[in-house]
Amino acid sequence: MSQLRVYQTEAIVIKRVKLGEADRILTLYTPEKGKIKAVAKGTRRPISKLGGHVELLTHSQLLIARGRNLDIITQAQTINCFMPIKNDLNRLSQGLYCAELVDVFAAERIESAETFHLLRDTLERLANSKTGAIALRYFELQLLNYLGYRPQLQSCTLCNRAIQSDINYFSSCQGGIICSQCIHEEIASRRLSLNALKVLRLWQNCDYATAIKININEELAKELEDVLRDYLKYLLEKQIKSTAFLDMLKVKLVGIDN
Amino acid sequence: MEFTNTAEPIARLIEEFNKLPGIGPKSAQRLTYYLLQSPPERVEMLAEAIKGIKQSLRLCSVCLNITDSETCIICRDNNRDRSRICVVEEPADILPLERTRKYRGLYHVLHGVISPGDGVGPDDIKLNELMRRIQNGGVTEVILATNPNLEGDATAMYIQRLIASSQIQITRLARGLPFGGDLEYADDVTLSRALEGRQSF
Repeated sequence: MSQLRVYQTEAIVIKRVKLGEADRILTLYTPEKGKIKAVAKGTRRPISKLGGHVELLTHSQLLIARGRNLDIITQAQTINCFMPIKNDLNRLSQGLYCAELVDVFAAERIESAETFHLLRDTLERLANSKTGAIALRYFELQLLNYLGYRPQLQSCTLCNRAIQSDINYFSSCQGGIICSQCIHEEIASRRLSLNALKVLRLWQNCDYATAIKININEELAKELEDVLRDYLKYLLEKQIKSTAFLDMLKVKLVGIDN
Repeated sequence: MEFTNTAEPIARLIEEFNKLPGIGPKSAQRLTYYLLQSPPERVEMLAEAIKGIKQSLRLCSVCLNITDSETCIICRDNNRDRSRICVVEEPADILPLERTRKYRGLYHVLHGVISPGDGVGPDDIKLNELMRRIQNGGVTEVILATNPNLEGDATAMYIQRLIASSQIQITRLARGLPFGGDLEYADDVTLSRALEGRQSF
């Protein structure tokens, strides 16, 4: 046999569904194999030895046996369980959102170590940041880079000229900016403030340490969130499920949790 | 499965058994032939029992547990402490809790759990019913007994936020090492909560 029967890998659990009486099928994101699926047997029993090591949003070292249909996880050891995420409802909803984005965008067994590291670092950032807003936007932009959907923000997507004026538009179907000369009603687009454009351009290219140095007011944060979410939704052609809960926490429980 | 050489009623029963969780083709056959040899009254009783669960059962008007009358047997019991509500995910979760004989309060069954990744939100489970019970007054403690996993914790944290402003005591089932388990295999979340919640001995 050319392939070994078992292999070791790091992985972050991005999704899990119940299987049979006590098993689960996990969707894992790994640095070497990208997104894979594997069965974790007995994980719904209280004395399962895998149990908490393969809980959602956990970064673990795994030993996996190749199966006929699905691979089977035989050993697991937590590397980072991102405890602050699991102890806080806001962070948890943000972490789940990141996991869902990776799950819906990534095809199975397409290797992308960058995506793995981005997800890992983002969960780490969410665990350590207060609001997580910048970490999420930075994650979305970088993920788009790795997926090949990097929005064109330097020049107009229609006339290709460098952006000149203060008034510009973002079009999800064009995948970037439309300048004020080219804009017409037939293209679905939204007005993009100059500040939002500047921030998006910076975040697209800078490292995270630089990204968090910028002060973002509430209005700008909302604009950035809306632009990117529209674009992601357009690319996916469907709603991102966990955004409903993310939004609900913002609206319903505001004031209780400051 | 094909049972070309088997009488039709037998093949049908084997197939029906086979659809049940945890029952494979072999067990399905064994059960079928066992029933075939049992006295007719036994088979009749089993058939009646199976029919009964769909015909007469409904949700308790108080706690939403499964019952055969307006309120369930626990909510009807006058000896139980009506000021405590233990919140569980599924009706099946009440059984193990009752077996401990340590809890004498009432329950509330959510019939699900918040799971953002699957698009299941707070409005999709029986949370409003719980809030109404709490608003009606007389409750001093809410025990959150959702499963100790990500969705169970999310649901517990959400309920905690909803009722945090009231005077009601909110408790969560302790998290720690399972009896009969092995420290070596414990995960970090369980172990650190077990350490945090350690008790003088």
